[in-house]
Amino acid sequence: MSTLEIRDLHVEVETESGPKEILRGVDLTVSSNETHAIMGPNGSGKSTLAYSIAGHPKYTVTKGQVLLDGEDVLEMAVDERARAGLFLAMQYPVEVPGVSMSNFLRSAATATRGEAPKVRHWVKEVKGAMSDLEIDPAFAERSVNEGFSGGEKKRHEVLQMALLKPKIAILDETDSGLDVDALRVVSKGVNDYKADSDVGILLITHYTRILRYIAPDKVHVFVNGRVAESGGPELAEELEENGYVRFTGAAADKEEQPA
Amino acid sequence: MSEPVAQSGGGVIDAPDAPVLDVDPGIKTALSPKIAPWEERHTSYDVEAFEVPRGREEQWRFTPLRRLRGLHDGSASATGRVEVAVRTGFGDSADDLTGSGTRHEVVGRDDARLGDGGIPADRVAAQAWSAFPSAHVVSVNEARSDDAPLTVTITGPGEGQVAFAHLQLRLEHHAEAVVVLDHRGSGTVAANTELVVADGAKLEVVEVHDWADDAVYVGAQHLSVGRDATIRHTSVTLGGDLVRLSPVINYRAPGGDVELDGLYFADGGQHFEQRLLADHSVANCRSRVMYKGALQGEEGGTAAHTVWIGDVLIRKAAEGTDTYELNRNLLLTDNARADSVPNLEIETGEIVGAGHASATGRFDDEQLFYLMARGIPEAAARRLVVRGFFGEVIQKIRVPALRDRLEAAIEAELEAIGS
Repeated sequence: MSTLEIRDLHVEVETESGPKEILRGVDLTVSSNETHAIMGPNGSGKSTLAYSIAGHPKYTVTKGQVLLDGEDVLEMAVDERARAGLFLAMQYPVEVPGVSMSNFLRSAATATRGEAPKVRHWVKEVKGAMSDLEIDPAFAERSVNEGFSGGEKKRHEVLQMALLKPKIAILDETDSGLDVDALRVVSKGVNDYKADSDVGILLITHYTRILRYIAPDKVHVFVNGRVAESGGPELAEELEENGYVRFTGAAADKEEQPA
Repeated sequence: MSEPVAQSGGGVIDAPDAPVLDVDPGIKTALSPKIAPWEERHTSYDVEAFEVPRGREEQWRFTPLRRLRGLHDGSASATGRVEVAVRTGFGDSADDLTGSGTRHEVVGRDDARLGDGGIPADRVAAQAWSAFPSAHVVSVNEARSDDAPLTVTITGPGEGQVAFAHLQLRLEHHAEAVVVLDHRGSGTVAANTELVVADGAKLEVVEVHDWADDAVYVGAQHLSVGRDATIRHTSVTLGGDLVRLSPVINYRAPGGDVELDGLYFADGGQHFEQRLLADHSVANCRSRVMYKGALQGEEGGTAAHTVWIGDVLIRKAAEGTDTYELNRNLLLTDNARADSVPNLEIETGEIVGAGHASATGRFDDEQLFYLMARGIPEAAARRLVVRGFFGEVIQKIRVPALRDRLEAAIEAELEAIGS
């Protein structure tokens, strides 16, 4: 049983006109075996939340806490957070030329598991996981994300989650840019891992489409750097019908809604 | 490197196989101002045919002349010799020279073959030519298998000593060989290296400069490319106080195909300079250049400095030329300076393709974040990225034991700075 607690989290970024606050007091708790959907309009700070939890150096936490099973995540280096059991499936996975996917996956598994996986088991494990996500085995020898299509990148993010077996996974717009087939495959990958583990999932999305494939237990509407309203799956249905108008209308700061 | 700190040159006419360009087009034609004064470039075996460089000349402007220990102004005289040993195999498995068609000779200055590769084009190369006591000629008149690479070990004269050296590696008609030129040791050396590859021959040569910290090496490589001949040349510079290499490709007949790859890794205080010229003087030849460098200077120490000059000249007669050159530099720390200047001069439009690109960037923090976000510790993540950066150069080397040695050397460099 694991719990990720986010308490009154304030985060700012450096801009040309000085520091700018993006997160304005986020409170959220995700436990094992729960799937939380965070939904919000563009510019509401959803991705900032994801990257802040993962420890991207661009974001500065000015106030608040992030705890994983009581441990202070904000005190941890980026790699320590991953080894502690946090995983971020990125919206824009980074290309790493010259580093093969297989080498990368093995290095990551070695780091998160604390020892190098036994070669024979590992090869089988990777092959199986790739096949589940309908990834051509040839990708293992390609450079990490280099020249991958949007859908291929997202499949590989889910592949990494399946192999690294995090306690808490944050999926940042994993559905964006996917066609229906790719969305089905990626969602199946997430559901398979949910079924095989006790993972707690924070699913960040702009659209309700993915929620037809990955059923959330809780839905949070994220506006203007904080959770504006929380509810059950029915909240997603309301958003499907009415959009974010009810929430953004209440948001005071128009600056937070860039076109 | 997603955030280059500098890019220069750049342009392409039409090279279908060329890598994607990330720089603005800037082709130089006969009408545009010349960066490299080709007409002024002259060649001679005689040191006195060249003026003593003062440091402002295009050829010398990046080189710290004071650190050449007199190689450039006639004040250095020979006090020792380089030692040259030729063996079959590489590393621990190297053994006595084998192959009925392969010979190693020490010859006098009057040997008629000397000079087949090319003629010195700067004063230090001419100085070496004017002063070498005897030359080593390694000739191959057979198709050697990849499993029997030749290793030529060139050892410096020792600390405080000066030597002038001459080596010719010669592949006769349709010969094939994989050769490692392994430079090591101490001292001050000026040298000419001739790579003479006859019609239809195939040479794969890796030139390794792994000198001791005190060493100064200034070398000219003269590549002579016969009809339909192939040269794969990889130049690796890892050690030495100052290493300056000037490979020139001389195409002798149509159909020549040359790839020049390079890898250099400079630490604080080191000056590594590469000056390349692909002189497309005949039709239907191909050149590909890919040099990659990493630099790391210690905080508060002397900067690491690398220089890469890539000159490509396509003369009027060289119709059907296909050329592309690329230089990438990775600055691992502050206190490092990489100069990168690609020059492309074209005197005919009837070519297959011509392009060049150069980019120098800092270590990419986004790559680092991505790898670390998967649990990989920072030091290991840096190693992965640097290994990846050099990977496409190292993977082309067909001597497995040498690949292992280079990878280990790069790891050791990274550990030295504690990154």
